[in-house]
Parts: sequence; structure tokens; C-alpha cells
Amino acid sequence: MSHICSEMRKGVAGRMFDSLGDERKGDAMFSNKTLNEVRQGMKKWLEEVKGFTSDFPGKRRFSTISDLDIDPIYTPENITGLDFATDIGYPGLYPFTRGCQATGYRGKVWTFRMFSGLGGAEDTNQRWHQLLAEGETGLSTAFDFPTLMGYDSDSPKATAEVGKCGVAIDTLADLEVLTKNIPLDKVTTSMTINPPASVLWAMYLVAAERQGVSWDKIGGTIQNDMLKEFIAQKTFMCPPEPSIRLISDTIEFGTKYVPRWNTISISGYHIREAGATAVQELAFTLADGIAYVQDVIERKKLDVDAFAPRLSFFFDSHMDFFEEIAKFRAARRMWAKIMRHRFKAKNPRSWWMRFHTQTAGCSLTHQQPYNNIVRTTTEALSAVLGGTQSLHTNSFDEEFALPTELAATIALRTQQILAEETGAINTIDPLAGSYFVEALTNQIEDEAWEYIKKIDAMGGMLAAIARGFPQKEIATAAYKFKRQVDNLERVVVGVNKYVAKEEAPIEFLKIDERVEAEQIKRLQKVKRTRDNRRVALTLNNLRVACQSDKNVMPYVIEAVKTYATEQEICDVYREVFGEYQDPGFY
Amino acid sequence: MSPERRLRVLIAKPGLDGHDRGARIIARGYRDAGFEVIYTGVHQTPQQIVSAAIQEDVDLVGLSCLSGAHMYLFREVVKQLAEKGAHDITVIGGGIIPPEDIPRLKEAGIREIFLPGAPLEKIIEWTKENVKPSKMPI
Repeated sequence: MSHICSEMRKGVAGRMFDSLGDERKGDAMFSNKTLNEVRQGMKKWLEEVKGFTSDFPGKRRFSTISDLDIDPIYTPENITGLDFATDIGYPGLYPFTRGCQATGYRGKVWTFRMFSGLGGAEDTNQRWHQLLAEGETGLSTAFDFPTLMGYDSDSPKATAEVGKCGVAIDTLADLEVLTKNIPLDKVTTSMTINPPASVLWAMYLVAAERQGVSWDKIGGTIQNDMLKEFIAQKTFMCPPEPSIRLISDTIEFGTKYVPRWNTISISGYHIREAGATAVQELAFTLADGIAYVQDVIERKKLDVDAFAPRLSFFFDSHMDFFEEIAKFRAARRMWAKIMRHRFKAKNPRSWWMRFHTQTAGCSLTHQQPYNNIVRTTTEALSAVLGGTQSLHTNSFDEEFALPTELAATIALRTQQILAEETGAINTIDPLAGSYFVEALTNQIEDEAWEYIKKIDAMGGMLAAIARGFPQKEIATAAYKFKRQVDNLERVVVGVNKYVAKEEAPIEFLKIDERVEAEQIKRLQKVKRTRDNRRVALTLNNLRVACQSDKNVMPYVIEAVKTYATEQEICDVYREVFGEYQDPGFY
Repeated sequence: MSPERRLRVLIAKPGLDGHDRGARIIARGYRDAGFEVIYTGVHQTPQQIVSAAIQEDVDLVGLSCLSGAHMYLFREVVKQLAEKGAHDITVIGGGIIPPEDIPRLKEAGIREIFLPGAPLEKIIEWTKENVKPSKMPI
């Protein structure tokens, strides 16, 4: 028990405000009298429990899934320096610890946004209509690997991958089928696409135009976050420097012409899934955000308030219930400070961190897959209590394949039950003021600042990536976690404890092998019927734009209109900017 | 001097899938267990993997695929190794592999499939039992 006293965390005494300006008024939440009483009470309590804890079961460690040590109880002593107004405050007001929206979920429940995509465009369009009919409120596109990597379905590199992990999109013709009878002025669409983000976005813009919906009426998100690809997800095409330039081009274009579009979703999700801790996920995501903002300001000479309100974020919600809630709260508070103090943004909307959340795919188990429904439920509840704006809940069968309709419906129903039955939406930021949650929020924030400081000292995220810093930190954390599971220091139910003698087989989705052949046929038909001279001309114009410092978006849109394929456009990028090779850190 | 050398392992990520958490952990696990490890990084074609395996003179190729393209990619690696006369290189795999695919992969010459959650210890034990350094030290 003695380690508890010695490790008793010291509230916010060690928090870093050096680069941010200390905003606290100095009015602590607890009087010295109260704190003295708490200290004495704690001492007495420790004496009392001594007898019970000397033979504490196995003297095991109590720690979060990210390996942070947790105390048996938390008291005002853990948050002595906390100031209500400047650290917690009110929803909709700086520093947004309690959420960006003043009305929380009472005004608007988070968006039920289920990531889906399978087979050909027609299959996915059908799944979308079904999900909308079931009460989904936003669309989210999963693309297959060739589309994600900028290859057409008929490329040799696409063999056996077409339509497998998502929908195959080669040309505008496919995107028109994908969005058929979807009112693009009413439904917002998120597209998980990174190196070819400019291309898929251009297709969407043209499809909307052809539906008669003007660009100022459409809303949605392109992920378009390449730094986390180099760090974690490894869906990359061109080297980091030109990748950032393409991102700044899209941000600038959106700012000017598509004002309701989120041109980037700065993503911690993939960083976490690659094995990062909660602190690493938060710190690396914020450091990525800093790099993007910096680049747009420097390269495009845009005022920070012109584009910052459209920046959006995306986090993972993992198994450790309170750690995740603390992470979400810390994330909003940190971004607000970064935007206000580091980038001197004036518009409160620029201080907002709006984010989408997905439950942790990496927490799902192949063993006893129905247990995954329970995992997803608690993860979703963390995200809700952490104040997410939008949520995807994983299906229980995703350790086998893309979800079946039944599994996807259960996942959606999970969100609906949380929203409609549990009362979780009744009050905003319900865990505020919990000694534990506030202390953990502070601790995660402090540790994330340490990382950001380190990355700043390296010269920013691009420099840190070049030397493999975030990649190696994540690899080490992932390996450590795996060893802990293998050694039974961490339990994963059904995997290393409560193992079933025999696993009952489940039904899962198989993508018909014919999808690939049919998609190639469709692509070849488009190539036969389009005006190839116009295609070549627009691609050449794009090449020239890439070689200059012009914004590429208008040129990509022109190429897309001629039914130039995704790969033809991406090949121009590859030719001008070169290709990135995985340094293979492990 | 012992005629046996340390086992050489190539961990490879075939196809377009970038999910490399498993591959990186396995590479580190083998390294910590005293194997010589080469990790290809992501986005490798079967040809690239086969030529790396032969060039690096490895005893074992470990393939990881989470995209659903394993039936083609894993079998293609085994086929091309055989075509180059490298029958002595053992090939194993892991990732998101539906149970019904496992017998078909084994028939095609993939010696073992390790599913998500397989302990490192188990994979390393299997390797020590089933893979022997076939060649003399260089």
C-alpha cells in the first residue's frame, strides 16, 4: 500500500503552460481547510485498510490498457490545482473540455455513421439505402485497397483485392452509381481516402453537380490525413513533402468553394490501432494537426481563422473505459489551447475540436466473436461520455471479414440503444468533477504535451517521421502490450482466459469472386467509350499544375469529368512527386 | 564450430494492405528469440517477396495479410518459390483468415496458419520444431 502514498499524484502542479500562457486565475476548487481534512482522512483510511490490503490478491498491478498506473481511490488531493472556469468550464465555451456544442446531445445526438463499403458501387449503394432506412444519419465510405492506394481494378497490383475490404471505385461512373438516389444536399458523406483524396473528392463534387446540388450545399469529410499513414496505417503513395502539399491544396479549395466540407480528418484512430497508447494517439494526432495548420498558413498564406473551423478529427475508442473518456476531454482542451495560443486563432470555431470516433477494431477477438458486441458497447459508451460528434460501432464479425447485414444492424442498434434507452445523453459531460476522471484527464494532457514538446524539438512532425520517432514509439508500445497479453499480465477474454474448448463457427460475408471480373469489365467499357484525347489533355494539364505551385483541384476535377481513371490521375502524382518506400521500422 | 547457423526469417506483407501491427510484432518476437530477421515493409508483390527470400537466403517466410486477398497472395508466393527451385523455404501465414480457407492454404503448401491472438511463444516453438537451417553457414 505504501507505493500508493508515494505515488499519489500531485494534481496539476506539474502541468505545462510554458508555451501556452497560464490562464488559470489561481482560484483552486478546494480550500486549504478542505484539503487538510482530505489529507488527514486519507491517512486514517490508509491505516484502516492496511490489514486488508497486505494480502491483496497476487499484489497485482492496476493499470490502464495503455499501462498508466491507477490509484485505488482519488480525492480532491489529486486535482488540487484544478480551476473550474479555466480547466472544466461549460459546454460550448473555451477550453471546450465539456464539448463544443453548448447543448451537448440534447440539441443533437451524435451522428450514427457506419463505415461501409463492399464489392461494386451498386452493392454499396444498396447497403447505404438499407442503413439509411434503418435510421443511420450519415454515410461513410470504405474503399477497397486498390482504390485506397490509387490503383485501378485492372492493375496487376489489384489482383484479388477488388471489392474485398470496401467498394471499388475507378472512375466518375462508379461514383455516380454509388451515390444514386442519395440526396447529397441532405446526407453528409465521409470518405476514408488518403493518398487519392483529391481524386475521390473531385468525383463526389462532380456527381453532386450533376445531381443539381451546388457545392455550397454539400457536406461531408475526406480523411486526407497522410501523416498518420506514414506513422501508422501505411497507405501511402508519394513522399511526405508533396503529400502535405496536396492536402493544403484541398484545404484551400474547400475553404474557397465547398464551405461545408471537412477537407481533412486528422486521425488518431489508425495510430492507436497500430498499437499506440492513448497518450501517443492523442499526442501524435495533435502534432499532425499542428503540421497541417502550419503548412496551410505558410504555403497558402491563408488566415488561420479562414480554414481552421473546418478541420475535423477522428479518434479510437478502446477498451479502457475511463482512460478513453479522459483522452477525449483532454483532446478538446489541448486543441483549443493550441489554436488559441500557438496559432493565435481569434474565431472560437477555430478552437473547436470536432471529432468522429470508431470503436477499437484491434480490441475485437477472433475467438468467441459474439463477445465483441459487448466490447463495442462499452467502447461506444466511452465515446458518448467523452462527447463525440459522430460514431461508428464495429460489427462483431469483423475479425473474419466485412460485416454481414445482421452484424452491421446490431452495431447500429447498439448506438441507438445508448442514445434512446440509457440516459447517457441527458446531461452534458456527466463525468466532469469526478476526482478520478479529472486527474486522469490532466495526466493524459501532461504526458501528451511532453511528446509534442519532443516533436517540436525535432523540428516538427515531418522531421520526426523521417527519423522514425513516432513509428518506433508505437512499435515498442504494441510489442509490450502483446507480451503482456502473452504473459497473462493482461486478460483478453476468450483469448488467454476463459478459452472455449471448441469455437462455434459463425456465418460471415464472402465477397463474390465475380466482383473483380465485373468491375474490370465496367472499367474497360468506360475506357472504350470516353474521349481519350480529352483525357490525355486534362492529365497533361494536371501534370503541369503539379510541377508548379498551382492548386491541383481544378485540374483534377477537369480530368475526372472526362472519366480519367483514379490510377491515371494518381500516376501523374507518382510521376511528378515520386513514390514513398516503407522504411519498415519494427 | 557448430554446423548450424541461426535461423533466418523473412517477415513479409504481400499486397496493398498496410495493416502491419502483427507483422512488426512477429518480426520483433523472432529477433528477441535469437533469429535473424528481415522485414520487407508493406506493399510487396509476390515476386518481390520471393526474390528477397532467395537473395537473403532465408529458412522461413512469414506472410501477413488482413485484406482478404490471402488465397491469391499466399499461394502465389509458394508457387513462385517452387518455380525458382526454392522448395526448401518454409512458408507460414497469419492475419484475418477465415477458418475454411486454412485447409486449402495448407494444401497449397503453406505449412501453418496462425490466427489473431496466437502467442508469440507458440509461433516460435513451432518454428524451432519445424524449421531447421538447411544450409551450411556462409
